[in-house]
Amino acid sequence: MIRAMLVINNQGKSRLAKFYNYTPVEQQQQLIRSIYSVLCLQPENVSNFIEGGLLLGPDSRLVYKLFATLYFVFVFDSSENELAMFDLIQVYVEILEKCFSNVCELDIVLNYGKMHTILDEMIVGGQVVETNSDIVMKAVEEISKLETTTAGAKLISKSASLLWG
Amino acid sequence: MGSQGGFGQSKEFLDLVKSIGESRSKAEEDRIVLREIETLRRRITEPDIPKRKMKEYIIRLVYIEMLGHDASFGYIHAVKMTHDDSLLLKRTGYLAVTLFLNEDHDLIILIVNTIQKDLKSDNFLVVCAALNAVCKLINDETIPAVLQQVVELLYHPKEAVRKKAVMALHRFYQRSPSSVTHLVTNFRKKLCDNDPGVMGATLCPLFDLIMIDVNSHKDLVGSFVSILKQVAERRLPKSYDYHQTPAPFIQIKLLKILALLGSGDKQSSEQMYTIIGDIMRRSDTTSNIGNAILYECICCVSSIHPSPKLFGAAADAIAKLLKSDVHNLRYMGIDALGRLIRINPEVAEQHQLAVIDCLEDPDDTLKRKTFELLYKMTKSSNVEVIVDRMIEYMISINDNHYKTEIASRCVELAEQFAPSNRWFIQTMNKVFQHAGDLVNPKVAHNLMRLIAEGFGEDDDTADSQLRSSAVESYLRIMGEPKLPSTFLQVNCPTLVSYAWSSPSICMCGMLLCFCCIQVICWVLGEYGTADGKYSASYIGGKLCDVAEAHSSDDTVKAYAVTALMKVCSYEKAAGRKLDMLSECQSLIESLSASHSTDLQQRAYELKAIISLDGIAMENIMPLDASCEDIEIDKSLSFLNSYVQKSLEEGAKPYLTEHERSRTRNISNFRNHDHHDASTHSLRFEAYEVPKPVISARLPPTASLTELAAVREQSYQREVHRSPSVGSLSDKGSQELRLRLDGVQKKWGRPTYSSAASPSTSDSESHTVNGTGKGKSFEPSSRRQPEVEIPEEKQKLAASLFGGTTSKSEKKQSGGGIKGSKATRSTADQTRATTAVVHPPVDLLDFGEPSGAASGSSSTVDPFKQLEGLVDTNQYSNVSKDPDLLSLYSDAASTSGQNQNQETGNLSHGSGNRTTKGPNLKDALGKDALVRQMGVTPATQNPNLFKDLLG
Repeated sequence: MIRAMLVINNQGKSRLAKFYNYTPVEQQQQLIRSIYSVLCLQPENVSNFIEGGLLLGPDSRLVYKLFATLYFVFVFDSSENELAMFDLIQVYVEILEKCFSNVCELDIVLNYGKMHTILDEMIVGGQVVETNSDIVMKAVEEISKLETTTAGAKLISKSASLLWG
Repeated sequence: MGSQGGFGQSKEFLDLVKSIGESRSKAEEDRIVLREIETLRRRITEPDIPKRKMKEYIIRLVYIEMLGHDASFGYIHAVKMTHDDSLLLKRTGYLAVTLFLNEDHDLIILIVNTIQKDLKSDNFLVVCAALNAVCKLINDETIPAVLQQVVELLYHPKEAVRKKAVMALHRFYQRSPSSVTHLVTNFRKKLCDNDPGVMGATLCPLFDLIMIDVNSHKDLVGSFVSILKQVAERRLPKSYDYHQTPAPFIQIKLLKILALLGSGDKQSSEQMYTIIGDIMRRSDTTSNIGNAILYECICCVSSIHPSPKLFGAAADAIAKLLKSDVHNLRYMGIDALGRLIRINPEVAEQHQLAVIDCLEDPDDTLKRKTFELLYKMTKSSNVEVIVDRMIEYMISINDNHYKTEIASRCVELAEQFAPSNRWFIQTMNKVFQHAGDLVNPKVAHNLMRLIAEGFGEDDDTADSQLRSSAVESYLRIMGEPKLPSTFLQVNCPTLVSYAWSSPSICMCGMLLCFCCIQVICWVLGEYGTADGKYSASYIGGKLCDVAEAHSSDDTVKAYAVTALMKVCSYEKAAGRKLDMLSECQSLIESLSASHSTDLQQRAYELKAIISLDGIAMENIMPLDASCEDIEIDKSLSFLNSYVQKSLEEGAKPYLTEHERSRTRNISNFRNHDHHDASTHSLRFEAYEVPKPVISARLPPTASLTELAAVREQSYQREVHRSPSVGSLSDKGSQELRLRLDGVQKKWGRPTYSSAASPSTSDSESHTVNGTGKGKSFEPSSRRQPEVEIPEEKQKLAASLFGGTTSKSEKKQSGGGIKGSKATRSTADQTRATTAVVHPPVDLLDFGEPSGAASGSSSTVDPFKQLEGLVDTNQYSNVSKDPDLLSLYSDAASTSGQNQNQETGNLSHGSGNRTTKGPNLKDALGKDALVRQMGVTPATQNPNLFKDLLG
């Protein structure tokens, strides 16, 4: 099963962290830190898999992929196929891309809830349930449509960030 | 589109994100977050917060907790939010509680009710949100509260709900299998769901179920095969295609399931052959996901009842994976090869150069995977090369965890396959030196025991030669700066009696580990002076050095003193005059005033023993008696006369503990009568007599037994013997230890003999498994014989893969073919000659990128280029934020170019290399010959042995 899904930026700040088994906050942080410390030392042009051992505990490995400034990381056990997990990252990012055209790190920080929503459509209880990006998209859109109508919240799109300039 | 839709953030939240993003240090970030926590703590308890605001607070709490700070004060608010009617708030509430709480948290009880209500909701999105929470938050006790509803939801009209209900039920099954055993048939029913997504989700629980109990699901083989067939033939809706591959994730799951079902079941496996073959043929090896499926097919082929045709296809597929330039694919190729060699170890030969490339690759993950593969394919003919490589790598890394693992593997392989005792001891020494603190202490004891007991051969000369070479090697190690302590312990005794040469033990300048010191001290003490090469005072001086070097470690000093005691007593017993070095004497003096009673005792014992005469000494410390059984007279009969005398003089007779306690009870009763209510007040009678301490000290001769009496720890060694069994998975359960009673055979005279010759074993393996043989040796037309590969690599390949030995050979060598000198020497000859002939032939299958060529990619890394474009710290430029995906595709195309360039380089490079042609081959042949000669253990050939010693 999948143990955790993490998004860490290239400065070690976690942008998304989801653990499928309960993990205390300190342990989560420690794990994120140690994973980051390994990832940032990974030379280019090496395989995207790292076998766990000390880092992640017995029978665990991780797959990571770097998109611009973000590391997308899946931690999982031997019942999953590494290459498939590698592509699962791709699926996830493709869906993000469809949700936020030209997705960037800022989208991910500001739409924390939506990131989780997408992930929840794809992975439930540590098992991959859906990899069809159309279906995931449809579900997510339905949710956000309902949410916006019920909440009527004032939305701030990422252009709002121009205000900070 | 755009980023709206998640939640409406306030300026405050944006400011928070921004300031955290800009913080320069962890401390600064912590300050910001703590301030935020204070604000939230204050605000969240205010009355009448607008719901929208409340939602944002919760999101901020989640964010803070993700950054590693405690947000527990807000949990209750998140729980309250799940009660809200608005979908947005409810979903936020559920999201927060699933992230905050574990299934045993006290607040869960407040949520169960809400979940129950929401599972009945008309709005399927509410149901989905509740099911997500069910997966994370329901524990054994609360399962019954929602179980019925979840089961009903399996037949909900919306497929999204059905899917999540299946997963929730699966989760229940993982948590508490007993609570849902009567419901597992539902999973089978859901396999026929007309929505492919639900069917795909159902494969997850079925995989788990089948893993636990294969037999009750054999009837599903047909269904799985037909589903797989439909998927592979693109009968699913187009939307399930991913990168032009039909529903790859479903295919992978199905292949995993088939691998389980077909394992060791010929009938089931036969149903699968066609479809697996089809998928392998169809798979698109240019895409990542296509290779994922291919890999899964190989795993499946290696697990089910073997089919020669599929096996060939799998071997070809592995060849493609290994030849890839992408590290990920090579990694998978190595892994797949590791699975396939369980069926037929010979497949590895086809890929020897690719494997060596992976071993020399700078990519650590790949390297480790390759070591794992080598570990699986170790046999007595290549154990030396593999263990050497492992030790080399072990020295080069700092990761203690992996160091421990690789050290224990070295030990395991050495114990199992060691071609000679000398090699074994040398290898152990190296392991101790570089990872001594990480290896199991039992290994040190085994080594000492091996040295002490010798090898069960009839003639003692070999033993004593070995011992003296051990002594010499340890003296040399001590001469080098700073020993790990383990080593000293073991070796001190050895140093004393046996001396052999141990070439090239290099110290890395650190303190020798404890095990090392232990071995050294023991060996020096026991055997340091045995061959008369070294004087007692010399060894004594060395031992003092050890003690001084570890002046803070009492245990080391204790080892040193005991070893010193042995040296002295042997010397005296031999009738020689003992001159103690002044430094020894001062050491003993200082130790007899030590704070440690143990050291004091040892020092006094030493002094007492030295003052005795030679005959007494001989009785106390018989030479080389560490293996003798010690008889302990438990009844202490030799004291009888003394006891008798004492009794006559009016001493009280001895009462056993039992008798004493009885009398004490009686006296207690009496006391009780006297002071009636005194039970809870002060006691005025004396404390009970302390129980007699039975001195368990054994005479010093028992040193080895003492040392070896440490808890027995075990190693698994069975892995190699049963390669077809899932060797790695059952590691933990198998408790096997080095069986020293059987050691003679293992360590005895060179027992791997005729079978080790490639020619013989080739024919053997021909008969044993008639498949795949043609592939390995005949240069096939695909190969390009004119391409040369670097000499070193050839050598390595020759030694790794040279002796084609199958498992049958291993057994033979283990059993030992003794007493057939003639056959052995002829076998050696044939072996040597075949070794000369074969390697060049072996090595002809390539066209693989050499290490140099693959390392020479000078192209700029695409991500580096991007870094200039993207700097998320500067949010000012957000509108220009790069498109991740397009970047990715850019990267892909550039890397494609890289590959082209690399292959260009490669062909160029190989062209250069061809000029070196035949000389290399000669050199290689010679080297292989020398290697084979040197490797062959030759204890029966004293001349060769002498050479080695010299």
